[in-house]
Amino acid sequence: MQAANANGAETGATDDFVTVYVGETLFGLAIERVHDVFVPSGVTPVPLAPAEIVGLLNLRGRVVTAMSLRRRLGLPDAEAAADGKVDPKMAIGLEQAGETFALVVDGVGEVLKLGADSREAVPINLDPRFRNLATCVHRLDGRLLVILDVDALLGFTAAGAKAA
Amino acid sequence: MDDLLREFLTESGEHLDTVDAELVRFEQDPNNETILRNIFRLVHTIKGTCGFLGLPRLEALAHAAETLMGRFRDGLPATSASVTLILLTLDRLKAILADLEATGTEPAGSDDDLISALERMAEGSGAPMPAAAPPPAPEIVLPDPVVRELKPGEVSLEDLEAAFLAAAGPDESDFAAPPPAPIQAAVHEAPKAAIRAEPAPGEAEPARAEKAEGSENGEATAAATKNQTIRVSVDTLEHLMTMVSELVLTRNQLLEIARRHEDSSYKVPLQRLSHVTAELQDGVMKTRMQPIGNAWQKLPRVVRDLSAELGKQIELVMVGAETELDRQVLEVIKDPLTHMVRNSADHGLESTADRVAAGKPARGTIRLAAYHEGGTITIEIADDGKGLNLAAIRKKAVERGIASQADVDRMTDAQVAKFIFDAGFSTAAAVTSVSGRGVGMDVVKTNIETIGGLIDIATTAGRGTTFTIKIPLTLAIVAALIVRAGEHRFALPQVAVLELVRVDAGAQRVERINGAPVLRLRERLLPIVSLTGLLGQAAAGAETEQAGFVVVAQVGRERFGILVDEVFHTEEIVVKPMSVKLRHIPMFAGNTILGDGAVVLIVDPNGVARQVAQGIQGSGGHAESDVDEETEVADAKTTLLVFKGGQGSFKAVPLSLVTRLEEIECAKVEWLGGRALIQYRGRLMPLVPADPAITIKSEGTQALVVFSDGERAMGLVVDEIVDIVEERLDIEIAAERSDLIGSAVLRGRATDIINIAHFLPLAYDDWARGMKRPEQVSTILLVDDSAFFRDMLSPVLKAAGYRVVTAASADAALATLQADPQIEVVVTDLEMPVRSGFDLVAAMRRAEPRLAGLPVIGLTGAIGADAVERARSLAINDLVAKFDRSGLIAALAEINAAAVSKAA
Repeated sequence: MQAANANGAETGATDDFVTVYVGETLFGLAIERVHDVFVPSGVTPVPLAPAEIVGLLNLRGRVVTAMSLRRRLGLPDAEAAADGKVDPKMAIGLEQAGETFALVVDGVGEVLKLGADSREAVPINLDPRFRNLATCVHRLDGRLLVILDVDALLGFTAAGAKAA
Repeated sequence: MDDLLREFLTESGEHLDTVDAELVRFEQDPNNETILRNIFRLVHTIKGTCGFLGLPRLEALAHAAETLMGRFRDGLPATSASVTLILLTLDRLKAILADLEATGTEPAGSDDDLISALERMAEGSGAPMPAAAPPPAPEIVLPDPVVRELKPGEVSLEDLEAAFLAAAGPDESDFAAPPPAPIQAAVHEAPKAAIRAEPAPGEAEPARAEKAEGSENGEATAAATKNQTIRVSVDTLEHLMTMVSELVLTRNQLLEIARRHEDSSYKVPLQRLSHVTAELQDGVMKTRMQPIGNAWQKLPRVVRDLSAELGKQIELVMVGAETELDRQVLEVIKDPLTHMVRNSADHGLESTADRVAAGKPARGTIRLAAYHEGGTITIEIADDGKGLNLAAIRKKAVERGIASQADVDRMTDAQVAKFIFDAGFSTAAAVTSVSGRGVGMDVVKTNIETIGGLIDIATTAGRGTTFTIKIPLTLAIVAALIVRAGEHRFALPQVAVLELVRVDAGAQRVERINGAPVLRLRERLLPIVSLTGLLGQAAAGAETEQAGFVVVAQVGRERFGILVDEVFHTEEIVVKPMSVKLRHIPMFAGNTILGDGAVVLIVDPNGVARQVAQGIQGSGGHAESDVDEETEVADAKTTLLVFKGGQGSFKAVPLSLVTRLEEIECAKVEWLGGRALIQYRGRLMPLVPADPAITIKSEGTQALVVFSDGERAMGLVVDEIVDIVEERLDIEIAAERSDLIGSAVLRGRATDIINIAHFLPLAYDDWARGMKRPEQVSTILLVDDSAFFRDMLSPVLKAAGYRVVTAASADAALATLQADPQIEVVVTDLEMPVRSGFDLVAAMRRAEPRLAGLPVIGLTGAIGADAVERARSLAINDLVAKFDRSGLIAALAEINAAAVSKAA
């Protein structure tokens, strides 16, 4: 990590990313888009909603639509979800078109400052769901960071969700 | 766009609306000086501001209109023509303003037409005026007691005018003539202005310039008024409203916490907070309130125009214009109200001649009234016309199949009247002979219902019709019933709730008709829908329906019960819109945060009602259909195999013709003499593509539809087998291709129906030929009302070696039989509209011996005991199920054999 930070500092042009993980994979979200990091609780499921939507929750008096990154990526719910009632661990508050969404993830990491030197294009052999949502991949020490496109992430419609 | 311009736009829009209304009043009451003054002043303000902002087009128009109005003031009679001209000018002004609002600049264009017309109108009649003008002026001004005291800081109208005269450069020449007299006269009336005894134009210019500027605020010039009202953008108010809503929610949460904790030190400040919040909420709600008169402003003009257009005398009476309601609600009802007033004028009121003949006053009245009633606003739109023609509506409802004759006879007049709200129920045709624009009353109803309103009609023949609309004061906060269904809580808006009924396994229990739950409620059956079922949650079904609550709800005419597991309490909830990602779900109107901080979904009664109605249609159809309908349905429905063939298009073939569906390994396809074959059940089966665009795959598997006849089989090569559907078959376009019979809509998709007769010869050159038994060629008359079956069966019969003549009805069949002596066998569908196959056979049996003796094969959808009985009594040789091809061929062969043996 330090190497990455150091590199970023040298090249000058760096971007900040909030890292989150789902299973073993590390994802990055542009920090400008992240408004909040919180523990989601009291999620009200919405019947008949697209599968990606976990439900609605009350974030300091605002109703926020919670969306599961796992389901969005086509991954199964976490193992403990066998009874369907596992509490999501963390959520990221994102905003799009004046509406707040909560992206439910397995965990939140740190904020990384990354430069262009570690950036790679999205490998073409990735699952299309990943490919459509990712903008690029960063090589970190010992692991890879997939940068997600927040607009693509939130840019699903009812119909699209069904098709996916 | 700068603020000044924006303010000008808002203000001018308001002024023009007022002028619209005032002009119509003035036309009716041309001697009312106050109205004229008001109009004059408003137009003047607009003109002045336009000059100030550099909007020449608007200024020139306003100026021309003002000049004409100046003539009115000088005594020119306000004729209908001149008022119309001014109204037209106002419309043009509005159009320009709209453009200005959209683009920020005055649109290019010329208004010479209107300006010259206005000038002509002003001068034409005004030709003798220059001389006549001075004398009448004092006459008008003197009896004027209405001039109110000027408030501090206010300037008299005349001052303003003088200021404008002095200031307005390009207009000077036009204005030079008329004004001096009125100014002088008026000055004596206005005590404050009298200080300046001789305000000749050109004097005291600096002072006037100031005042001219002040006049831009029109009526609000008065300093006192100015300080009391400010313009606030709607966004600011909306934001404030949202914040207060949040505050209410937070307070609710605090109260909930306080209820659980015994610590009383919180209680007092919390009480105080609660109080303040409530007042704040009230206060903010008030800022959203607007008088309903704002929605009515355009109506006098609408009625005036309609009155001229329809040649009816119409008076519009408006009561309670000051009644306030939420501006969001106001926006929604604005158009429906206009629609309804138009409708009353157009269809409700009779023509003047009819009114006089009926002994009513020649002038028809439309009365618009609004008042508060409980938590709702009631708006009435009443006309004193002839009332709805209920008999015609009843007839129309039956014709359109909305209700049965029995239903209609049982309904009360009020219920019948509500039919006019049904979509497509043309009020013009049903209610009046006056044709006109068919105003969609269904749209009116929908609009009102979306905001939780109700609409009712009362009508008395010859006395008129009254529409009563009840709408909630506001949409932002509603009373809702909190219920539990399954594991979750939901909010049900209370406006839709009529009552609650507890149901259990005992006396009040939910019964089922063909699976559809219903409840006996005061000797009436109420359709029930379970909320968990509706929301597709765990279908705990049976046991939950044993105990729980039924929320009896009503939406429009539809009354239904929503089954929930538990009812908690009612709560004032703040409606928050659904996320864009969830807005497509019709079942929810929004969501809210409850006192305990939980988010709950607000169930939309309209959405539920639609689901209930669909459910009722589905199950009710079965329950009500009597025998006739049942057979009709069976008759009309055909089971079809749908497959994809060629360029992704959908094709279908009646399933009854299909022997088997197969998927074969492409490697097994053999080619002999350019034809694809496959070894199939020990024989070679030719493969024929269902569409020229299909090529037989060379690897993988290939889907086949196998048709067989006796020992021969053919494999129709298709891209993919899609589905088997049972649908009413309506062949819409007769295709020009011999491989297709036509196209039909199946499951909402255009689908080609293929003609198997086309493919059989492709597989076996001799399929048709080989079957022919030349010594036995007999002619068959095929009678079927469905073109599809005629087309389907003819090739089959032809392939079996018969000559086929077809007829589409019993009557046509009889005619054909008379004309064609070669017909030896009749194959007829027994279920046909008008005259059935039985009737046909009965007629044949009664006819001449040749026909009476003809063998008949009956085709029927369902062979029942009484059909067999009837067939026997009519000496029908055989009954064959409609799709049983081989049965039909066998029956024909039997008849032939019998005939041959008889002949021998």
